[in-house]
Amino acid sequence: MFTRISTSAAVLALMAGSALAQQTDITIGMVLEPPNLDPTGGAAAAIDEVVYANVFEGLTRYTQDGSIAPALAQSWEVSEDGTVYTFMLRDGVSFHDGSAMTAEDVVFTLDRARAEDSTNAQKALFAGIETVEAVDDSTVRVTLSGPDGAFPVKMAWGDAVIVAPESAETNATNPVGTGPFRFSDWVQGDRVELVRNDDYWGEPAALTEATFKFIADPTAAFAAMMAEDVDAFPNFPAPETMAQFETDARFKLILGSTEGETILSMNNKTDTLSDIRVRQAISHAINRQDIIDGAMFGFGTPIGTHFAPHHPDYVDLTGQSAYDPERAVQLLEEAGASDLTLSLKLPPPTYARRGGEIIAAQLREVGIDTEIENLEWAQWLETVFRGKDFDLTIVSHTEPLDINIYARPEYYFQYDNPEFQALMADIEAETDAAARSEMYRQAQRTIADDYVNGYLFQLAKTGVANARIEGMWENAPTQANDLTGVRWTE
Amino acid sequence: MARFIASRLVSLILSLVVASVAIFVVIELVPGDPAGFMLGLNATPEAIAALRAEMGLTDGPLARYLTWTGGMLTGDFGTSYTYKVPVADLVAARLWVSLPLTAYALALSTLIAVPVGLLAASRRGRPADFAVMGATQLGIAVPNFWFAMLLVLVFAITWRVFPSGGFPGWEDGLWPGLRALTLPAVALALPQASILARVMRSALIETLGQDYIRTARAKGLSQGQSVRRHALRNALIPVMTILGLQFSFLLAGAIIIENVFFLPGLGRLIFQGITQRDLIVVESVVMLLVFAVILVTFLVDVAYALVDPRLRRA
Repeated sequence: MFTRISTSAAVLALMAGSALAQQTDITIGMVLEPPNLDPTGGAAAAIDEVVYANVFEGLTRYTQDGSIAPALAQSWEVSEDGTVYTFMLRDGVSFHDGSAMTAEDVVFTLDRARAEDSTNAQKALFAGIETVEAVDDSTVRVTLSGPDGAFPVKMAWGDAVIVAPESAETNATNPVGTGPFRFSDWVQGDRVELVRNDDYWGEPAALTEATFKFIADPTAAFAAMMAEDVDAFPNFPAPETMAQFETDARFKLILGSTEGETILSMNNKTDTLSDIRVRQAISHAINRQDIIDGAMFGFGTPIGTHFAPHHPDYVDLTGQSAYDPERAVQLLEEAGASDLTLSLKLPPPTYARRGGEIIAAQLREVGIDTEIENLEWAQWLETVFRGKDFDLTIVSHTEPLDINIYARPEYYFQYDNPEFQALMADIEAETDAAARSEMYRQAQRTIADDYVNGYLFQLAKTGVANARIEGMWENAPTQANDLTGVRWTE
Repeated sequence: MARFIASRLVSLILSLVVASVAIFVVIELVPGDPAGFMLGLNATPEAIAALRAEMGLTDGPLARYLTWTGGMLTGDFGTSYTYKVPVADLVAARLWVSLPLTAYALALSTLIAVPVGLLAASRRGRPADFAVMGATQLGIAVPNFWFAMLLVLVFAITWRVFPSGGFPGWEDGLWPGLRALTLPAVALALPQASILARVMRSALIETLGQDYIRTARAKGLSQGQSVRRHALRNALIPVMTILGLQFSFLLAGAIIIENVFFLPGLGRLIFQGITQRDLIVVESVVMLLVFAVILVTFLVDVAYALVDPRLRRA
């Protein structure tokens, strides 16, 4: 009986193997289901992970290495003073409902995003816009209130994708974009299905169908990969099983970096933590490698400031806050801070919950007690993020190039340094690339010198895929699963 | 009988009103703002305020309670904050998974439990009885998620005869749907069958000791005849109570199994609703479940009365 079953299973597997040779459909596993499919009306990363670059496109777009490429705008010009951008739109682009994409749609999109009643989660991206006008059908002129060298980067965000007035209100459940895939079906709680857009303006995708399947449980994710019910899992939730996939010839690992600076945030306004010596002591008490090994199974790159290590302007400042418990004890003595008990409020992700336990142990070594409190995301947003009722918390900041959050004194860790704020304002206005780079390096040093937060590690992207799939993004410059270049080999 | 049903109906309606108030108050007290949750870390306060207004969260609690309950009376359960589709549609879609799964699991557990319970009761104190008692003890003790993982390992990863999870939908036909629900149903049915078999056994043993069974035997009925004609019917009351409880438990309580098999069922809908602060979904689904439980209890009460005429006067 047993042999018969396994023989027939083998026959089935062989048949499946030959049928898969011309495979043009793919099933992608995701941990979280998007709450809706409108990237201009919600912050959930899962929205972009389904629709960015697949269904929706912006004027510009992120590429795999984090650089910005033309998308619906084939080129753009910026005025001498850096305040007027003129975007030349691509011709012959149409939305999935058949209507043409014109300059009017761009004007509508940008005006809608910055309107008073806008519910765009990244409204700040559009704050600098003064007017948007359609010069002709394929030219859009954007006038800014001040020079902004990074404006094309802002237009690459998922929150800035171009939508049509006819479909903008229903994109949440029936997204209509210009991308290489069109929306086909959404079985809430289970999957979203996309099919290839045969009228795509660019090179058509190799895949004809793509299914995003939502599997929250790490064990279930493992089983689904092993049973080959899912072809790729770009952000695999069970890093402890990666070694098993590595030794299995059916699979390959897709390892890369994300934009997620994972930090031990400190409330800079509390009595104890407003003392830089206490913050510095905490930074020295932390052994980053222990946290990466213990909480992330070795995946992650140590960081010494709030900047992505793969960015060309990154400065390695890990030495400045190197693991040195004796120095930490000494600093605490100097600050006169003995018998410290700090609250450590942890959101749900593994990096926070597991990392928090390790950090609590490391802090105890230098004489700081912590009270760990586990919070759900909604609670965390209310008490920590908006209520600022915390001493320490761990969170990964996943937006690209988000060092500018340190220029917002009301931001939850409440770092208030006018010099830094001036520096960020200058970067915004600077259009010369070399000068910007130098300023970014300065900014990284400033927040490291001030020991604003404990900088832990850059979140890794740990993915698993069928070995015959190629073209998946290794890194995640923005949270996306761009399927444009994905294909099956053989 | 009519008076019996009427009195049960009144208590049904009262329970629903009390439940709706309790659910609304509890949800009101939960910290966390759905709009803030949706818009994330970088949202401006104006954007959050705009979204709150769009969701209708700016009204007072009493107004929202009345809108909610009034809507439910007319069959309108509101619109999900996060999914932006009517809650009724969401629930309907989930019920297509949860109801068949519950029915499948209950059918499996009854099919296993009744004969096994009968066998154990009629072979009381003999090896077959001991074997049943031992196996059912194990069935109750084994955590069902662990058993589910074991099933996946054997049937999905090693033999590949069943999918590891997910649900293709019924539009692809009956077989793919049943196939996807088989492993979860087995995982759910095993502990339930164990409980049911033990209840069946002890209920039968108790009735078999009754005077009327001895009388029946004295009249010349065989052991089997007396069980079929007299004991079984009397033993069904506790079994039906357990089945009613199991139905309501399985409908929403399958959440862990739904997670292991990533099935889009009701349990996961509530769980997602809670974490995303999609409060309207949580309120409406919990209310529906309360309704289902109360309705099932009501139906079980009526069924008792049908099985046992003595209860009709109660």
